[in-house]
Amino acid sequence: MRDRLIFTGQLLFTLIVAAFLVVPVILSISAGVTVNYFRGISSGVTLQWVFQVWDLYAGTILLSFVIAFAALIVTLAVGVPAAYALYVRGGRLSRIVEEIITLPLAIPGLAIALALLFTYQGFGSFRRSWLFILTGHVIFTMPFMVRSVMAVFSTVDIKTLDEGAASLGASPWRRFRDVIVPNAVPGILAGSLMVVTLSLGEFNLTWMLHTPLTKTLPIGLADAYASMRLEVASAYTLIFFVMIIPLLVAMQMFADKEQGR
Amino acid sequence: MSHKSFVWLCLLPLAVVTTAFFLLPMARLVVTGAEGPQGLAGYLAILTEPRYRATLINTVLLAAATTIVTLAVATVAGMFLQRHRFPGRAVLIAMLTFPLAFPGVVVGFLIILLAGRQGLIGDLTGRLFGEKLVFAYSIYGLFLGYLYFSIPRVILTIMAAVQKLDTGLEEAARSLGAGPWVVQRDVVLPALGPAFVASGAIAFATAMGAFGTAFTLATNIDVLPMLIYTEFTLAANFATSAALSVGLGIIAWAILALARSFSGGTVAAAG
Amino acid sequence: MTAVAGHGASVRIEACGKTFTDGTRALEPATLDIARGETLVLLGPSGCGKTTMLRIIAGLELPDAGGRVLFDGNDMTSVPIERRNVGMVFQSYALFPNMSVADNIGYGLKIRGMAQKARAARVAELIALTNITGLENRRIDQLSGGQRQRVALARAVAIRPGILLLDEPLTALDAALRDRLRGELNRLLRALGITAIYVTHDQSEAMELGDRIVVMQKGAIAQIGTPREVYFKPGNRFVAEFIGAANIIEAPVENGHLMLPGGRQPIGGGASLTATVAMIRPETIHVVEPASAPLSGTIDSVSFIGDRQRMIVSGVSDKFITIDAPNTVRAQAGERIGLSIAPDAVRLLPPEN
Repeated sequence: MRDRLIFTGQLLFTLIVAAFLVVPVILSISAGVTVNYFRGISSGVTLQWVFQVWDLYAGTILLSFVIAFAALIVTLAVGVPAAYALYVRGGRLSRIVEEIITLPLAIPGLAIALALLFTYQGFGSFRRSWLFILTGHVIFTMPFMVRSVMAVFSTVDIKTLDEGAASLGASPWRRFRDVIVPNAVPGILAGSLMVVTLSLGEFNLTWMLHTPLTKTLPIGLADAYASMRLEVASAYTLIFFVMIIPLLVAMQMFADKEQGR
Repeated sequence: MSHKSFVWLCLLPLAVVTTAFFLLPMARLVVTGAEGPQGLAGYLAILTEPRYRATLINTVLLAAATTIVTLAVATVAGMFLQRHRFPGRAVLIAMLTFPLAFPGVVVGFLIILLAGRQGLIGDLTGRLFGEKLVFAYSIYGLFLGYLYFSIPRVILTIMAAVQKLDTGLEEAARSLGAGPWVVQRDVVLPALGPAFVASGAIAFATAMGAFGTAFTLATNIDVLPMLIYTEFTLAANFATSAALSVGLGIIAWAILALARSFSGGTVAAAG
Repeated sequence: MTAVAGHGASVRIEACGKTFTDGTRALEPATLDIARGETLVLLGPSGCGKTTMLRIIAGLELPDAGGRVLFDGNDMTSVPIERRNVGMVFQSYALFPNMSVADNIGYGLKIRGMAQKARAARVAELIALTNITGLENRRIDQLSGGQRQRVALARAVAIRPGILLLDEPLTALDAALRDRLRGELNRLLRALGITAIYVTHDQSEAMELGDRIVVMQKGAIAQIGTPREVYFKPGNRFVAEFIGAANIIEAPVENGHLMLPGGRQPIGGGASLTATVAMIRPETIHVVEPASAPLSGTIDSVSFIGDRQRMIVSGVSDKFITIDAPNTVRAQAGERIGLSIAPDAVRLLPPEN
């Protein structure tokens, strides 16, 4: 009997916490498609706010995607070979390098943004372009790609495969192409999902680095929250959810698949 | 080319990118922090200047409160979810973890929907008690916001740690006569210690450095990230903002490094 | 059965030692000559340096300064593995999970630029040779341990290497499979006739497969010899006990006889030495009538193995000795037993230093 009480108590508690997390999201979604939030759902369901958001912010949303995929390309091109080098080399140097590239996760985005601003203020056209925002995103997402790929390397014993290919006469570049990369695909995929998701949602860095002409989706959201009516802000948030939640679900499925191995 | 040269070549792009866009800027930041009228002493301002010290204390207290409450909530919910199977469990877990990647701005907005001027809580309290309760734009609203993005992260870590617990230890304690609360106190919670330290450190460091949530809720909440922001954009005190940023960065990094030495493995803040 | 006339390269390692970056000395400087077509086995317990020596020959490790590796007289020391034209079978097989069986086997040929048709023909040839017909398009994780071993072998041999290097290829398999594959491997190595260097800790594998065996201990070579040589004439106590069962007896020698508590055992030669270590193999001790026997003792226990009987006997030397007697001998624990040993079955070993 007491066990039943404890169970029920814990279940209730957990449900309340879940409600705390979910209810605002539901409110936001419903506000985005309601004609008038004050009068509630009785005032009618409409997509007018969503269309209005699209009119106002389509460029911003597009730029977010451009930056996210550019960040993905850069982290792939730079991070995958680096992960291989760090894994194969091992030793103290590798640990120090890993430590350094993970620092941007410990240091608040605000600090990194200020650092970038002070350093590149003078490079006018670079500083004003979306490439400037890209550099911040790349620094922030790189450790996720590198760590994800390195994790896969250890499960497939990439060192022995590398030696096996070498024993058959393959040059280092050939080995990288034929054996290293194909066997790192699960890590590359997981890392890619993380990079894109993080880039789409990044605010702290981007807010400091943006200009009126280079705004991303989260910047637009902050704008909307400050200056637009509730329904428009909610509709914008709805669009963001629609973009980000499939990515989160994909990441979760990936993590489950890896765990079930 | 030899294998050794190939490995160095693989590392080169990362070295270039990290140096150009992280190491150099961080160095510049440190230098800028010392360029103010007080020079290097500007770095101590975070502790000596009463206004800054008050903000620092505020931020630390808020982060500490967030960490403690989050750990408590996540432990109860996490243990419950990991140890019991019932219909709808998967849905409940999904609900508790999906806010994981919401940026601070969005969390701020959600708190406004919950506790703002037109918020749900204001609505309910208005109808029940005749007086609307609005607290989104204060430090309590911020606290709620921090809880919102910390709980999913910490729950996941706790659940993973609970899964790895050796139930044999609990059974041994029970066979020796320990009741359920005693087993929790003497066996389970100590075993979860490393997980508490790791996830607590992440929650603390994230709360210390969180900007988006505070920004959305109001520009006048007295936390360190907002102070840095106002010093930079509104007052153009580059040296001060730089020095404060470096201070904030060091504090966050130190906490995570400390946690890592206690629990092993990599821990990192995000958001 | 004589091997096909040897092809492949001859190998010489000169003063090759290896000290790792953390200070461990894995291999003392060693010099070794391997004839073309020979199968040389590196045998020893784990940590003895046998794998390190193999990896130096392969080109996966560089020997310490002063060490040289020569193939057919050519200095290969600074040549990386991908240009040494060796075939290597790894302990974990190192099969590429992203390629099918056929693609794995053909990988070395692809690197060498062999045309697709010729490649497919050679791959088919090897699949037939290693008895894995039908598995061409399987993924690696669909194969059993024995099948993987064969694919690894086929892949290494496909490129017609000058030297075949095998790093404990059978260790990952269970005992029954290991016995069966050992025979297949032996036949294959004989048929190919190339120079092969084989690392193992299993003494019976070494005896069956090796033309010569290099017994290694703690980073140094303890003895080099044919299976017969290391078995009948071990150079020291370690080799004697590692290669097979051995009775190690410490007793004084007088007038060409080993002075034992249970009698006097002739050993040929008239020297007198105060204390000696003698090795006698269990199967060389013959059971005779106790009355007229030169040595006698009391049976402690008898174990019927099947093809022989293992007896533990006390009273002959100061410790128990082990005898492998024919399975027809009638004996029981507690009985007196007479023993006779041919003089040249007693081998004197150097004192340990």
